[in-house]
Amino acid sequence: MSWFSRTFSSSVGRKFAMALSALFLIIFLLQHATINFLSVISADAFNEASHFMGTNPLVQFLMQPILIFAVVFHFIMGFVLEAKNRASRPIKYFKKDTGNATWVSQNMIYSGLVILAFLALHFIDFWIPEMDYKYVQQLPEDPDRYYEELVHKFQSPLRTGVYVISFVLLGLHLWHGFQSSIQSVGINNRFTPGFKKVTEAFAVVIPFVFILIAVFHFFNH
Amino acid sequence: MDLKLKIWRQKNASDKGKMVNYDMKNVSPDMSFLEMLDVLNNELIEKGEEPVAFDHDCREGICGMCSLQINGRPHGPDTAITTCQLHMRKFKDGDTIYIEPFRSKAFPVIKDLIVDRSSFDRIQHAGGYISVNTSGNTQDANAIPVNKDDADKAFDAATCIGCGACVAACKNSSAMLFVSAKVSQFALLPQGQIERKTRAENMVAQMDAEGFGACTNTGACAAECPKEISLTNIARLNREFLKSKFG
Repeated sequence: MSWFSRTFSSSVGRKFAMALSALFLIIFLLQHATINFLSVISADAFNEASHFMGTNPLVQFLMQPILIFAVVFHFIMGFVLEAKNRASRPIKYFKKDTGNATWVSQNMIYSGLVILAFLALHFIDFWIPEMDYKYVQQLPEDPDRYYEELVHKFQSPLRTGVYVISFVLLGLHLWHGFQSSIQSVGINNRFTPGFKKVTEAFAVVIPFVFILIAVFHFFNH
Repeated sequence: MDLKLKIWRQKNASDKGKMVNYDMKNVSPDMSFLEMLDVLNNELIEKGEEPVAFDHDCREGICGMCSLQINGRPHGPDTAITTCQLHMRKFKDGDTIYIEPFRSKAFPVIKDLIVDRSSFDRIQHAGGYISVNTSGNTQDANAIPVNKDDADKAFDAATCIGCGACVAACKNSSAMLFVSAKVSQFALLPQGQIERKTRAENMVAQMDAEGFGACTNTGACAAECPKEISLTNIARLNREFLKSKFG
């Protein structure tokens, strides 16, 4: 077996890879929330940032494929690990007390599945129309279209509600996932308790920003 | 006090097994949990029934032999103790107590509440040792300086008795806390440096081969560990493994 296979077929190696993809997605979320929050402050600023992200070749042809790979990898590896973990206890307990383990940490697969369903909706709402606009229909670039496209999506109370619920689940997923990924890359030292507070703040603030954006545009237009 | 017991009964490894109800009368709150099972077994023997098989040895909380999932928790409803240190005063009159074996694919049931934990031995064989020259010129261990902080951490890790409560508590039946303790106790000391690069790699490979799940850092293992082995050891195991691969 090759070095690569031995490393990434092991449970520790897989968790390491899972953690790296998680940390990459966490950085992406920070960037995504920051740019989207501009839409609450200024339509022009949001259009300018979105135009840059939508037309910059580095973002489009390097970062975007890496992001897609990270998302797909994170979900597939999550399912692979979940399947192996479930198989490790073929006979369940009649009575189980989860002790001090949080509900969130014990049910990452379910919060992850909700996020996966949300991503499907999100791709249908934004990414697929964007690809269609740019690469299928090859329409001329309009730097001012992004704000209107965003606002238009949040006219529906159903869609806004689904987004809000999904962001709550994203927050729960991040609550455990962020700190867990730090442990999985081998970091647990005297700074860890303090950094855990930072990860928990991140898990609250980032989903809150996304919820704020959705609700703001729903009520503002 | 009077208790209702629901105990897993299984004739042998191939038997399907089932939960069986037993009523216990006049249980003394001062009995240990295992003594309560001894009393039950005496009653069963007097009635001509098969006694409940369960693991036990030192009954002092140091050998790691006793197990049992009691009301959903390894070693029962208390912290930092083994089942033999659990007393009936932790329960109330009229309680129903579920007693099950530690559940894991890697801990197959042999009979009733006894599980085969030799998978832990095989993990130890894969790397839980050090090479020491015993040809007569062995260096006095006291002559090798060890940082106090490292010595304390190594000793804390070495208190793991290998009971398997971490596996029983984990939703993935992961053995990471056990393996991390065994890796840590050597990784922190000068004597453990010779096999350091291969130890984590080999022990993790054996852990996976035995069928234990992956660690998802829920912390359930450390909460139920009778020796309070810390989660920092799991981070150290991750580091040791990654160093062996990328270092």
